[in-house]
Amino acid sequence: MNLALVTSRDTDQAVRVASPLAVRGMTVSYGQTPAIFSVDMTVRAGAMTAVVGPNGAGKSTLLKAALGVIAPLAGSVTVFGQPMAAMRDRIAYVPQRTSVDWDFPVRVIDVVMMGMYRKLGLLGRVRGQHKALAQDCLDRVGMADFAHRQIGQLSGGQQQRVFLARALAQEADIYVLDEPFAGVDAATEKAIIAVLQGLRDAGKTVLAVHHDLATVPDYFDDVVLLNTQVVAAGPVAEAFTEANLQAAYGGRLTTARVDPESVAG
Amino acid sequence: MLADALLLQLGYNATLVTLGAALLGIAAGVAGTFLFLRKRALVSDAISHATLPGVGLAFVVMVAMGGEGRSLFGLLLGAGVSAALGLLCVQWLTRRTRLGEDAAIGAVLSVFFGFGIVILTVIQTMNAGRQAGLEGFLLGSTAGMLRSDAILLAVSAALVLALVLILRRPLGLAAFDPGYAEATGWSLPRIDLAMMGIVLVVTVVGLKVVGLILIVALLIVPAVTARFWTERADHVVIIAGVVGGVSGYVGAAASAVAPALPTGPIVVLVGFAIFLFSLLYSPRRGVLASVLTHLRYQRRVHVRQGLLALANGQPIYEALTRRLLARSGLILPDGVPTAEGQAAASKALLDETRWAIVRGDQAYALAATRYDGLTPIETVLTPDQLTEIDGKIAAPRGIA
Repeated sequence: MNLALVTSRDTDQAVRVASPLAVRGMTVSYGQTPAIFSVDMTVRAGAMTAVVGPNGAGKSTLLKAALGVIAPLAGSVTVFGQPMAAMRDRIAYVPQRTSVDWDFPVRVIDVVMMGMYRKLGLLGRVRGQHKALAQDCLDRVGMADFAHRQIGQLSGGQQQRVFLARALAQEADIYVLDEPFAGVDAATEKAIIAVLQGLRDAGKTVLAVHHDLATVPDYFDDVVLLNTQVVAAGPVAEAFTEANLQAAYGGRLTTARVDPESVAG
Repeated sequence: MLADALLLQLGYNATLVTLGAALLGIAAGVAGTFLFLRKRALVSDAISHATLPGVGLAFVVMVAMGGEGRSLFGLLLGAGVSAALGLLCVQWLTRRTRLGEDAAIGAVLSVFFGFGIVILTVIQTMNAGRQAGLEGFLLGSTAGMLRSDAILLAVSAALVLALVLILRRPLGLAAFDPGYAEATGWSLPRIDLAMMGIVLVVTVVGLKVVGLILIVALLIVPAVTARFWTERADHVVIIAGVVGGVSGYVGAAASAVAPALPTGPIVVLVGFAIFLFSLLYSPRRGVLASVLTHLRYQRRVHVRQGLLALANGQPIYEALTRRLLARSGLILPDGVPTAEGQAAASKALLDETRWAIVRGDQAYALAATRYDGLTPIETVLTPDQLTEIDGKIAAPRGIA
């Protein structure tokens, strides 16, 4: 019997129980080439973690596989040490804005209500408390006045904030966001980051795919550098180094894209 | 005569057909809405065409077993089985091969339909087949509708409405944002299966009324029509049910007046008439409304540009601009601004100057997104903010 192996397995079990989202050995492939290969990721509770990497690195794929939206070839996911299926209610998700038909006949408030469908079930009555929660979530993202607009009448940034409000309505412990700042205006970026930091300060966990390297140190506590495999992961101060970035971006990164001041090391 | 038909005064059979068609219309309108919203409307065309071989084979089997082969229940059971098979083929081709859903629909639709026509032709040569009336399944035939047929339609319609009521949340969620539905634990394949099952029920029971070629119209036209009148999915469902029900009722009544006219096509044409009216006259999304909105917008742009030209002392070249300004009494026929015109012009110029400052200042980033060259700035900013901005207009001049 290999004692060292047993010990490391026990340690990992302890790590996974403590982690709101732990991914082990995750491989996803569209066709024959893997989009992500054997990814291990342990998200730290109560922290904001960025998933960063070049185009096609598999950032969105990693999130979708972790949430069970796409089926992986291999790998397992645990939420506080439990299987994902049992813990769905504790995870809120903000998909990419482009994944949705914006001409769909639905009002802003109806989109936010979708965040409560799990709680309401198939036939649960929508009561005053649910409506109040939806309105409150819109208020938190600064969209309270838009509740009765058709979703297509909003700007890209406003739509993103509505998606965030829907995630807030899930009242989850873990918030997973896919490119929340892609194609949004500066005001929206500020509003979203304020909400996310508020969640973190309230003890929630945030995991986001992020594309703007310059703002990683300002916005996030931890970072996962991904390029099909995990290149580096950990607190920003340790993992977000020039060397790791060059490794993740395969030397394609011009230093102009990263403010040297903001990069640790 | 038509009034009699609409009031169900044309006898027992006509009444059965009218009520049956109305119930089918309601069920089809409601069920079709989710297909339309999920952008899978044409799958229903594949389903309906895939019923034909089932109808033929069921007839052959029933005759072989010694029956006369005309039991509607048996025929519809066959239709349902082969439609489900066609649906599975579409799903399999889409998921497991590189074919898109459109190609899969085209392939399944034509192959199943072709096979069905072959079987029907063979049946025509059989002794028992001549009076079978299976052609009625192509375009519908309501002449011999029985009380039991009407009851079947009523029960199916009630079933469809109940299922949609129970599943409205997952169905809507899957149509709007399938990725989110999956991430929050709804099973997308199961939701889609339920949706297609509901559509399949409507298609199969609707075969005798409108026929397999036209049932797709009854599923899609009401939803498309309803979309013109509302921005809410739940209202689309209700309006589509009403449009479908009215089409079925009026269409069947009209064809009862003129028995030479086939019921199914008339029902579809009535639905199309409601669609056409909505397309043209819907106040939100109709063609007329968007033309008017565009013209009104164009006029506002011309007036605004004209006023800015006046304020800057530039000549106005465009005839439309001059005409619009003259008509509002802002300029005289010779192009000289009236007192009113001068006031409006300086107001427009002040507006533009204020906007220029707002758009150049990061502190007003949110307000700046409201700029469209037309909106008066007072409607976006508070009087306090305006005073602050006016201070910035004056300041540079003071330095100069």
